[in-house]
Amino acid sequence: MKKAYLGVDVGSVSTNLVVTDEKGEILENIYTRTVGQPVKVVQNGLRVLGSKLGTDIEIMGVGVTGSARNLSSVLVGADVVKNEITAHAVAVSQLVPGAQTIIEIGGQDSKIIIVRDGVVTDFAMNTVCAAGTGSFLDQQAARLNIPIEQFGELALKSDNPVRIAGRCAVFAESDMVHKQQLGHSVEDIIAGLCEALVRNYLNNVGKGKEILAPVVFQGGVAANVGIKAAFEKTLNTEVIIPKYYDVMGAVGCCYLAMKATQNKPTKFKGWGAAEFNFRPTSFECQGCPNLCEVIQIYENDVVIARWGDRCGKWSNASLTTEVG
Amino acid sequence: MKISFPIMGNSYLAFKQLVKDIGHEPIVAPLPTARTMSLGTMYAPEFACIPFKIMLGTYLEAIEKGAEVIVASGGHGPCRAGYYGVLHQKIIQDLGYDTKIIVFDSIAKTYKEFISKLKWLLKTGQTSWWQFLKAFRPAWAKLKALDEIEILSYHVRPYEINTGETTRVYRKCLQLMDEPITPSDIKEAGEVCVQMLRNIPQDKSRKPLKIGIIGEIYVLIEPFANLDIQATLGEMGVYTERAMHLFHWIKENTKLSRHEKKVIKLAQPYLRQMIGGHGINSIGETVMFAERGFDGVIQLAPFSCIPEIVAKGILPQVSHDQEISVMTIFLDEMMGKAGMQTRLEAFVDLLLQRREHRLAEAL
Repeated sequence: MKKAYLGVDVGSVSTNLVVTDEKGEILENIYTRTVGQPVKVVQNGLRVLGSKLGTDIEIMGVGVTGSARNLSSVLVGADVVKNEITAHAVAVSQLVPGAQTIIEIGGQDSKIIIVRDGVVTDFAMNTVCAAGTGSFLDQQAARLNIPIEQFGELALKSDNPVRIAGRCAVFAESDMVHKQQLGHSVEDIIAGLCEALVRNYLNNVGKGKEILAPVVFQGGVAANVGIKAAFEKTLNTEVIIPKYYDVMGAVGCCYLAMKATQNKPTKFKGWGAAEFNFRPTSFECQGCPNLCEVIQIYENDVVIARWGDRCGKWSNASLTTEVG
Repeated sequence: MKISFPIMGNSYLAFKQLVKDIGHEPIVAPLPTARTMSLGTMYAPEFACIPFKIMLGTYLEAIEKGAEVIVASGGHGPCRAGYYGVLHQKIIQDLGYDTKIIVFDSIAKTYKEFISKLKWLLKTGQTSWWQFLKAFRPAWAKLKALDEIEILSYHVRPYEINTGETTRVYRKCLQLMDEPITPSDIKEAGEVCVQMLRNIPQDKSRKPLKIGIIGEIYVLIEPFANLDIQATLGEMGVYTERAMHLFHWIKENTKLSRHEKKVIKLAQPYLRQMIGGHGINSIGETVMFAERGFDGVIQLAPFSCIPEIVAKGILPQVSHDQEISVMTIFLDEMMGKAGMQTRLEAFVDLLLQRREHRLAEAL
């Protein structure tokens, strides 16, 4: 049996699973929508991977990342739980060695990672504003009745992109409606939106950062050739989109898992975890006026994890403690 | 009279004692919680900063407990906080309470007013100047001991073997420090607490990263406002020191310490002007942390805080010249723990990588 590693990245919009062999070659990758049900989607992913690869390989280590990393960690049994920034940077250092700037735009967050001599030296994430991330593009595509897959190509057909106020998603939308009612073509509006979003990203997330080539662009939004073109135009340099751009976080997790399990057995629960009965529940702690919403995860009627409390009363408590 | 005061870290224990010792009844507002924040945000102007909102919430909770007078400290240079006392007073009045807010600004700059406000407090408490001087000593000793205990907790936490133990012991320490009244009892209790913290089982073979915490004073000192960043980092195995503790701040403002002078001097190559709040300190402190060999600096700033925004604009240059990584975290009522956690983890990873890289280069 071949030795392999599993990486799981559960984000706001997409859930990605990747399996690599011990040399880091990608054997299988899955990109699915989270659709608000991370538990079910991760289990589906495990089921698919298990039936495809289950008998040929043995999972030696598991890494998880994404905003649902704590949840997915207990679902699959992770050896390493990492933040998205490190996971993405690790993937790039292996797949695009020499890259100095990483632009990552996902479903609801966008980040910039600055790398020098193979070491992350600076990073930033969007804070209060999600304008310009995948969810907003999804929403606009739906409003214009254009499949999101064709969004970028349409933008490339424009000769004369209109100016859109990209500072805020709400204003951008009203500005788009305004331009459309004036009679601008859909192509010009979409191209204008791509440029506005790139401008917004560079002003917000990229503010004060030294963007040097080679520039790598990844995350779900990298599929949008319109945004890629707008980045190239604004930065005046070629933008590299890696082959596995949409699952880079999960790829990074495979490499991190490889490192974390060098002398250790894995905590992987096996492909069978796809059939376990995981049940998340929540309750409001009445211990103080913070009224924290504590999450409990049950695996076949046994509590396997708790989190969400500010003071650590529940997350540090022994899991056999009764909740009252 | 029933007198209350803002909650800033553990200092309420010392202020509680001082108020009692000058003949008034101390009202300690509950430590800030989500409820405090909702009260504050409900009645504050939306664009006020987070210290304003939490303080307003605290005042309203103190009023619920019967506070007739609230004593607070003022701002520092051209920063909105200088007007906050007036604005807090107006909001409280509009809500129909007659609780009075008394703001003490720096004694060096407002000597006359400072003394007349103090006089009023002493007169209403039927306390003589002599009694006040006597009352001042134990409160001062308590404030100092509380700062020392808190600082020690940040030194111990990255070495603790059982995660969370330092936090548990620290909470016990605060209970212990609430009781003693005389300077000698305070000293003794302080020593017991120091011993309790030292006795926590530790793994001294660890080599924790060192991160300096700089920024606006309120969000630095009040753990509720900064989502308990120092304890969080401590449990991630990071040694932290922050630029300001209340004891030191009072020393600065009574001209008993020279630390601030040094910091402002270090900021000179980048900024030669007071920009309000602790903006210039943020620059100077970063240089100082770099010179002391810290791995990184985290700047904490209330969302929309002008002095810290100006400092943030300068920090990339400082970071470049001094070869120290800097990350800024803006705090407001929307800030969630998850976002903070992700950034802290990434920053710690970055610093660890950098350290390994530097070690490899040195060999």
